[in-house]
Amino acid sequence: MPCISRKADVVKRLLALASLVVPGASRLLAQAPAGQSEFVPANTLPPADQLPAAPLLVAAYAFVWLAVLFYVWTIWRRLNKVEGEMRALEHRSKAS
Amino acid sequence: MTGRRADGCRRPSVGFAGVALLVLRKDLAIEARTREILFTTLFFAVACVLVFSFAFVREGRALEDAAAGILWIAIAFSGTLALGRTFERERYGDTVKALLLAPAPRAAIYVGKLLGIVLLLAVAEALLVPLVSLLFSAPLFARPAALVALLASGTIGFSAVGTLFAAMLLRARTRDVLLPILLYPITVPVLIAGVRGTSALTASPPDMPTATMWVMLLVFFDVVFVTLALWTFEPVMTE
Amino acid sequence: MRKAFPLLVAATGAMFAAAPALIARAPYESTMGLVQKIFYFHVPSWFAMFVAIGVCGAASLAYLVRGRPEADRLAASSAELAVLFGLMGLVTGPLWGRKAWGVWWQWDAKLTIAFLLEMTFIAYLLVRKYGGPGSDRLAAVVGLFGLAVTPFVYEAVNIWRTIHPKTSVVPTLPAAMGVPFWFCVAAYLLLYLVLLTLRLELGRREAALDALYLEEG
Repeated sequence: MPCISRKADVVKRLLALASLVVPGASRLLAQAPAGQSEFVPANTLPPADQLPAAPLLVAAYAFVWLAVLFYVWTIWRRLNKVEGEMRALEHRSKAS
Repeated sequence: MTGRRADGCRRPSVGFAGVALLVLRKDLAIEARTREILFTTLFFAVACVLVFSFAFVREGRALEDAAAGILWIAIAFSGTLALGRTFERERYGDTVKALLLAPAPRAAIYVGKLLGIVLLLAVAEALLVPLVSLLFSAPLFARPAALVALLASGTIGFSAVGTLFAAMLLRARTRDVLLPILLYPITVPVLIAGVRGTSALTASPPDMPTATMWVMLLVFFDVVFVTLALWTFEPVMTE
Repeated sequence: MRKAFPLLVAATGAMFAAAPALIARAPYESTMGLVQKIFYFHVPSWFAMFVAIGVCGAASLAYLVRGRPEADRLAASSAELAVLFGLMGLVTGPLWGRKAWGVWWQWDAKLTIAFLLEMTFIAYLLVRKYGGPGSDRLAAVVGLFGLAVTPFVYEAVNIWRTIHPKTSVVPTLPAAMGVPFWFCVAAYLLLYLVLLTLRLELGRREAALDALYLEEG
C-alpha cells in the first residue's frame, strides 16, 4: 500500500524530486550561449520586439513545476481533511 | 411497445414515434394558450441582435462577416434561454415524474422535447434571418436552400445536446448557470460550422463548396449526438 | 499497481531530472533559437491531456453503463488531470508564442482546440462540485460528450484556421530532436500515472468516509 497517508513521506518525496531536478535545470540554463537574447529574424513573420528568450523559457518550465507541485499539494490537503474526519468519526463511535 | 393485460388481451401499441408526437402536442397545446415562451424568446433574439450591432457596426456599416456571427450567437443565446424555460415549466408543473413514470420509452420523451425546441428555434430563425439580412445588408437569401440546410442541421445539433443537458440538469439547484457552462463548449463546433457556412453563403459570389462541407460536418454532428443523447437519456434520468 | 507505485515515482523523478540535460543537448532550431525549447514540455503536455481526456470519457461511459463507483472515481480523477495538463499547455504555448509570433495569442488551431477542451473539462469539474445530488451521473455525461466532441472540435477549428493560414509553430522533427521529445512524452505519461494514482487513492478514502457516514446514519 503506498505510504502516502503519512504526510512526512509526501513531503520527502517532493523534496527528493525537486533535488533531482534543480541541478539538471541549472545546467540547461548555463548552456544558453551568450547573445541568444536577440531574436534571429530568419523567417517571414513580422519582426518581433527584441525580446530576450531566456525569461520566457524559464517561466514556462517554472510554471509546469509549480502546477504539478500545486496539484500534489491540493491532493495532500484533501487527504488530510478526509483523514481528520475519519478520526473524528472513530472517536465519536468509540465515545458513544 | 405492446402490453398484454392480465386477461391476455392485446393493447394497441403507441410506439416510439407516437409517444414523441404526444409529448410534442402536449407542449404545443400548453404553449398555444399563453405563447409566453414564444414571444419572450423572439423578443430576446431581436434584443441580442441589437446589442451585438453596437459592437460590430461602425460608421453605419457592419464589419465583414458580422452578420453571420450575430445570427448564430442570437440563435445560441435565445436557444439556451428557451431550453431553460421549457424545462422549468415541467419542473414547476411537477410533470417530470409523471412523464418518467409513464409506460413510454424514455428516449421518445427526449425526441418529443427535442422536436419542440427545434420548432421554437425555427420560428425564431424565420424572424432573425430577414432581420439580420436587412440590418446588416447581408445577402443571406442568395442561396436559400443551402441556408435552410445549414440552419436546420445546426439547430438540430445545438438542440440535441441542449435538450439532453437541460433535462438532466432539471433537479440540480444551479441549473440556470450550469446549462450554458456545459452547453457552449460542447456546441462550439456547431457554432463554428454555422458561422463559417453562413459567411461562405454571404460571400460574393457565394462559396458553395465550403458551405456544403460545413453542412456535411453539421449533419455528421447531428447523427452522432442525437444517437448519443438518445442512448444516455435513460441512464441519466433514472435515479 | 500499488507495489509498483514507489518505483513509478522514482522512474518519473529520474526522467524529469534527466530531461533538462537532454533538452539542453538537443540542437537549436534555427529560426526560433532558445525559446523553441519550450516545445519539449509544451507538446508532451498535450499528449498527457489527450490521454486524460480519453480515460475520462471511457470511464464516464463505463460508469453510465455499469454504474461502478471505481469508474466514477477514475473519470473524476482523470478530468482533474486533463485540466491540469491542459493548463500547462495553455500557459507554455503563449509564452512560446510571444517570442515566436510576437503576440501572446493568435488563434492558432491547436491552442484554440486545447482551450475549448479545457473549458469542457472545467465544466465537468464545476458540475461535480455544484451539481447537487446526482452530479456524478451529470458529470459522466459531460465527460462522455467531451470525448465525443473532440474530433469535431479538431476538424472544425482546423478547417476554420487553415482557410486563413498562419505559420504553425510546431516544426517537423529532425532525429536529433526526436529523442529528447519522445523522452519527455514518456516522462509526462509517467507523471500522469503517478498523479492519477495519488488522486485515485484520495477518491477511495473519500468513498470510505462516505460509507462510514452512511453507516453511522
